[in-house]
Amino acid sequence: MALKAKASLAISIPFYESRRFQKIVKNIIVYFLLVVLSFLFVFPFFWMLDSALKPNAQIFLWPPKWIPDPIQWQNFVEAFSNPQLPFLTFIKNTMILEVGIISGRLLSCVLVAYGFARLRAPGKNFWFGVLLATFMLPGAVLLIPKYILFNKLGWVNTFLPLIVPAWFGESYGIFLIRQFFLTLPRELEEAAIVDGANTFDILRHIFIPLSTPVLAVITVLSFKDIWNDFFTPLLYLNSMPKYTASIGLAFFNGQFTVNMGVLMAASFALMLPLVIVFFIAQRAFVEGISLTGLAGR
Amino acid sequence: MSAITVAQMKKPRSKVARRETILFYTCIAPFILGILFFDVIPMGASFALSFTEWKILTPPTFVGLQNYITALSQDPKVLHSLEITLKFSIVQVPLRLATALLLAILLNEATRGVNFFRTAFYLPAIVSSVAIAVLWQWILNPAYGPVNGLLRLVGIEGPQWFTDPKWALWGLVMMAPWGAGGEMLIFLAGLKSIDKQYYEAAELDGAGRIARFFKITFPMLSPIIFFNLVMSIIGSLQTFDSAYVISTSRAGTLGGPSNSTLFYMLYLYNRAFAGQMMGYASALAWILFAIIMVIILLVLRSSQLWVFYEAERKS
Repeated sequence: MALKAKASLAISIPFYESRRFQKIVKNIIVYFLLVVLSFLFVFPFFWMLDSALKPNAQIFLWPPKWIPDPIQWQNFVEAFSNPQLPFLTFIKNTMILEVGIISGRLLSCVLVAYGFARLRAPGKNFWFGVLLATFMLPGAVLLIPKYILFNKLGWVNTFLPLIVPAWFGESYGIFLIRQFFLTLPRELEEAAIVDGANTFDILRHIFIPLSTPVLAVITVLSFKDIWNDFFTPLLYLNSMPKYTASIGLAFFNGQFTVNMGVLMAASFALMLPLVIVFFIAQRAFVEGISLTGLAGR
Repeated sequence: MSAITVAQMKKPRSKVARRETILFYTCIAPFILGILFFDVIPMGASFALSFTEWKILTPPTFVGLQNYITALSQDPKVLHSLEITLKFSIVQVPLRLATALLLAILLNEATRGVNFFRTAFYLPAIVSSVAIAVLWQWILNPAYGPVNGLLRLVGIEGPQWFTDPKWALWGLVMMAPWGAGGEMLIFLAGLKSIDKQYYEAAELDGAGRIARFFKITFPMLSPIIFFNLVMSIIGSLQTFDSAYVISTSRAGTLGGPSNSTLFYMLYLYNRAFAGQMMGYASALAWILFAIIMVIILLVLRSSQLWVFYEAERKS
């Protein structure tokens, strides 16, 4: 009824007040802003790659040569063949951390999340409250005593201070997996329990295979965080053979600031694995980040 | 609540329930141990350390409140770094969240090409803080960077950015909106979860675009705005990476030029690891912790005025 009344009303009002016209205006404004803003967001990447593909003489030039002429890969070769800065070693180190941290995080988070999602016990709410509280714990106060602890253990300049804590669960991962487990029907494991399966069988054969989407989310977000982490490796890794990609790049930046082309080539190359992972697992990224807001609800 | 738990615990429990309790604590044991070893004990140790003087090689000596007194009244760099950090956060946090919200609203309004634009906006958020810092110091290069080049086109001689003490901090602020993709995705998920019926009803009642934003979108999104705000504040007050990378390479000193980017965490890092003052640095960490807690509490208090929880209204 109401719709009909509106439609007949639309005929009698001038075009510029009609809903169709307003919709067109809205779309023009929205798309204008989207195009301008996306240009601004993508431009720095273009600038990075552009500089990486130019010889030095064309980099320090204003107005800039927008398209490198000729396109040359020399900067990439130089960035990766510098014996003083073994970027391939840095990437290898970062990958060791990725594997060590992600595997520990997945295993421990699945186990803890199962406890929170399925088992009843006194004190459970208390521990879940602790879990939520750790989301907001500022890392600054933990910094020094943790450093002292790992120093006492003789772990400084090894990967252990970065990998070992990951095997004790991570709040965000636990939270996400628990939310996912809660959506799985209880009948799934009840039959298995009757058949005499223990918790680890249930996790291995029922819960883990069903939770690949959420485990993928945690894997890709962890991959990104580990790849990008600067502060922790800066604290614990203090010799070149142990550097990660981020530390290597920051070190490189401090050493060779004049050679912008090589620096941009190194930055671009070290960003590339992450961008590739992002495009492969874009859905997992977007879902994982979107779910973060859940914690605030 | 505690009375109930105690009562439950005193009740004779069946064998099954006891087994379940044991299993529960076995499952979450990694978490409890992790909290204990990497959160609770370090926090206690850090608190105790903050009352000592400790240069790592010699044993710590108890100095009472001296570290706190020095930090707050005798060390001008503490208040200076605090001022830098707060100044940065007051501009950066709203700028970043406003950008994220604007992008999310645009994406929510768009019908075609959403995937493309979303990817473009989110991509910078996956780049490491180090790579962002390296890239932006080149973009803000005074002579050959595109920002100053653009300013020159309109007849303005752009600032020296990271080598000018007056501009270095604002150079860091310039970078902030570029990485707002994560917050944008969280906002976008929030916008998508708002029931379309509210808008339809409001439109029938003749509510305009602006009225709909302030009467529907903002209240419905407010819990998520609150969440992003709290997380951004915590992150912003602990800013470290970008300032470390840029100041050490561009200005040659940590927090340079002329201490104009000496963020609180930079100074804390410097005291702990360059100055070997573990006790003093622990006191600095606790001062920052207290400041963060006070600010979060104030935001929490204010949230009663502007954060709207749907569940509350229903009950």
